[in-house]
Amino acid sequence: MAASSRAQVLDLYRTMLRESKRFSAYNYRTYAVRRIRDAFRENKNVKDPVEIQTLVNKAKRDLGIIRRQVAEQGTAAGRKSGSRSQSLGKPCTTWP
Amino acid sequence: MLLRAAWRRAAVAVTAATGPKAAAPTRGLRLRVRDRAPQSAVPADTAAAPETGPVLRPLYMDVQATTPLDPRVLDAMLPYLVNYYGNPHSRTHAYGWESEAAMERARQQVASLIGADPREIVFTSGATESNNIAIKGVARFYRSRKKHLITTQTEHKCVLDSCRSLEAEGFQVTYLPVQKSGIIDLKELEAAIQPDTSLVSVMTVNNEIGVKQPIAEIGRICSSRKVYFHTDAAQAVGKIPLDVNDMKIDLMSISGHKIYGPKGVGAVYIRRRPRVRVEALQSGGGQERGMRSGTVPTPLVVGLGAACEVAQQEMEYDHKRISKLAERLIQNIMKSLPDVVMNGDPEHHYPGCINLSFAYVEGESLLMALKDVALSSGSACTSASLEPSYVLRAIGTDEDLAHSSIRFGIGRFTTEEEVDYTVEKCIQHVKRLREMSPLWEMVQDGIDLKSIKWTQH
Repeated sequence: MAASSRAQVLDLYRTMLRESKRFSAYNYRTYAVRRIRDAFRENKNVKDPVEIQTLVNKAKRDLGIIRRQVAEQGTAAGRKSGSRSQSLGKPCTTWP
Repeated sequence: MLLRAAWRRAAVAVTAATGPKAAAPTRGLRLRVRDRAPQSAVPADTAAAPETGPVLRPLYMDVQATTPLDPRVLDAMLPYLVNYYGNPHSRTHAYGWESEAAMERARQQVASLIGADPREIVFTSGATESNNIAIKGVARFYRSRKKHLITTQTEHKCVLDSCRSLEAEGFQVTYLPVQKSGIIDLKELEAAIQPDTSLVSVMTVNNEIGVKQPIAEIGRICSSRKVYFHTDAAQAVGKIPLDVNDMKIDLMSISGHKIYGPKGVGAVYIRRRPRVRVEALQSGGGQERGMRSGTVPTPLVVGLGAACEVAQQEMEYDHKRISKLAERLIQNIMKSLPDVVMNGDPEHHYPGCINLSFAYVEGESLLMALKDVALSSGSACTSASLEPSYVLRAIGTDEDLAHSSIRFGIGRFTTEEEVDYTVEKCIQHVKRLREMSPLWEMVQDGIDLKSIKWTQH
């Protein structure tokens, strides 16, 4: 199969960023977006097609992880916050 | 349209409008979503009631206590929690075989992070158990000829407690003092080694002040004097490069939940060449080469292995980032506040653990003031008592400064906004608490506090 073209890599990049923004936890979301940007930026000058394909395959695996985790954590977060009362987790109001 | 829906879903899950009190900009916790009404105008109860109630939670800046699971780790663990649930020691069916394969793969991942052979890794329930196995196991095995151990005063509670229990069994333990920087004096270590010393235990990175001990030098000294060297590397594994052969380490404790892995799992590295003999603490079916009997928890060790593999890949990136954020935190606090002391040597220091003492401010009150940020003053094990930390006492910090210390932890998932928010709130509250402090007033008037004779009541 032909090595991934520039358009395919960019498409993968955009898809990964889009999926990462769906993480409901702030820290995971920001980490994923930041790491994806930095990783693609770091490897932008790689010329060897075999290496490019390895990196693309790894990125596809990571995209799978992100998709699965967004779905998993979405249900966990939804289940937890639906039944809890508002008063839990409110910051203390007596401190000025 | 889709993007907006995604943002809205994410925003609902993360943010909350807890009423007009939300004047303090918790920038780190809120998304800037253009289609939402301004925060103060959204009333808490009515808007949130029909939706799943989103809850504001503090920023997490306490990574030395524990770390969140990396999503890649959770992804690796899930199949073994759901489908591949076999006991890895079952030899007769596929459930056992696949579970065992996963366990051995995890063992390889852990070993490759520290430069060890997989056969030298024993899975345990955490670094505390690993420390117990290493210290008590080695001491007891060589009990007939060697009765002396050496450790430092800044070790983790489990190491100190293990040594104390060995003292009750008739062993002799030397607790080496540390210098003001937190680092031990190598000459003192050499002087303390006796002909009947079996083990030296020094932690790699301290969990309270982040100081890095000179492990390679200590390893060299120990190997030349034929003494076993154990290091509690719970805070160091996956964060700084470690190699058990280069550093001549004979035993090492690893903790899962300090490297973005699951809680309840750890490992102990026990050298095979030359062989270190260890008396097992836990008796049973002889699992883990007889060193630690008990069913190996496959999902947890798979998580530990995945965490180690991710750490190996991300070590350089994380270290660079965390150093930058730590620099930012320290610089911004120190340039806005006078009389702030960083505990521990600034050079031999892991950047992600910053322990600052704010003079004339009580540590507990500052922690309570910084309620939107999860911080700690000292270690989690000792957080219940009001005593100042023994580590700070060991490095010679004054009593009053020891009471006013806060530990900031920066990890893989910490963002720049979180650091900026923490710095801003810290400066604001320290200034406010100092305004209220009579000691601060006296200092401002030029009185030297050490010269005051406090009267007894």
